Amino acid sequence: MAITYEPISTTTLSSAAATVTFSSISGSYTDLVLVMSAFGSVSGADIRVQVNSDTASNYSLTRLVGYTTAFSNRASNATYWQITNSVGIGSSSSDPTADVIQFMNYSNTTTNKTILVRHNQPQSSLMETAAQVGLYRSTSAITSITFSLSSGNYSSGSTFTLYGIKAA
Amino acid sequence: MPTTYKAIATVTVGSGGAANIEFTSIPGTYTDLVLKISGRHDTSSDQGIFIKFNGSTSNRSHRYVAGNGATTESSSGTDGYIGSIQGTNATASTFNNTEVYIPNYASSNNKSSSIDNVTENNATTAYQNLVAGLWSNSAAITTVTITVGNGTQNFVQYSTATLYGIKNS
Repeated sequence: MAITYEPISTTTLSSAAATVTFSSISGSYTDLVLVMSAFGSVSGADIRVQVNSDTASNYSLTRLVGYTTAFSNRASNATYWQITNSVGIGSSSSDPTADVIQFMNYSNTTTNKTILVRHNQPQSSLMETAAQVGLYRSTSAITSITFSLSSGNYSSGSTFTLYGIKAA
Repeated sequence: MPTTYKAIATVTVGSGGAANIEFTSIPGTYTDLVLKISGRHDTSSDQGIFIKFNGSTSNRSHRYVAGNGATTESSSGTDGYIGSIQGTNATASTFNNTEVYIPNYASSNNKSSSIDNVTENNATTAYQNLVAGLWSNSAAITTVTITVGNGTQNFVQYSTATLYGIKNS
């Protein structure tokens, strides 16, 4: 039987890092899945995601969020995807994020790229959950993914794993 | 190449129904766990379904956002809620779906989870629930138990749950 769900790379931080990057991503899969369990040095900092080191205003995101109320919002022409909302990242291993991000048809060179994000964030006594859809307005294949924070570092013990899914 | 996404065990509820579905002796050899549930219960109103790890009902918290075709809501709690399922009030032979994703289940960090739940039904009301879960405990998860309602309900025959392990290498 063909293997359809393969680990590409995993990063477990042994020391604090301002960014985590998966680079030289092979185009041999159909979709990518990124699983993130992380916490940071600054409680409440926002998690940001960019691809292909692109810092231009090519990112948009629409969110359905559960916090103290249910609400939806969006960002257009952003320079990154911000996947935290009302509650930023937790600052200890007591509050790891549980994020699963799917990058659809990431390696084609004819269409813009979409992502689906399930974001779950405890932070002290706060907690939020969100479903998000993002657009990267570029036809370039995604070959790198970078995670950063609005302030501080990802802490030691944070984990990021990238999987590739192959179609038949 | 090793299999990355592997079925650890499946439970299919038999003709007598079952008050809970449980997976025990979960090895710590995977990176993440994924639990997929297809469930229905035996009474006539929507009921919550709940998760506990290692038999513990302590230190659980969650936040959900839900839509029912007409309204949305968000709330929180400490009972291990992972969504709702329907019973005899719902369209016959219709089972409700739930997925629970648990990263780093064997680590010494607290255990966050990402949960999606739906109760589609050929009637006026069905629910979609998105849930963030947290079990504030540093122990590796070795047992997962799913219960329904307040203890008087049972999962009906043909309800199924499969636990998968995902390896990052």
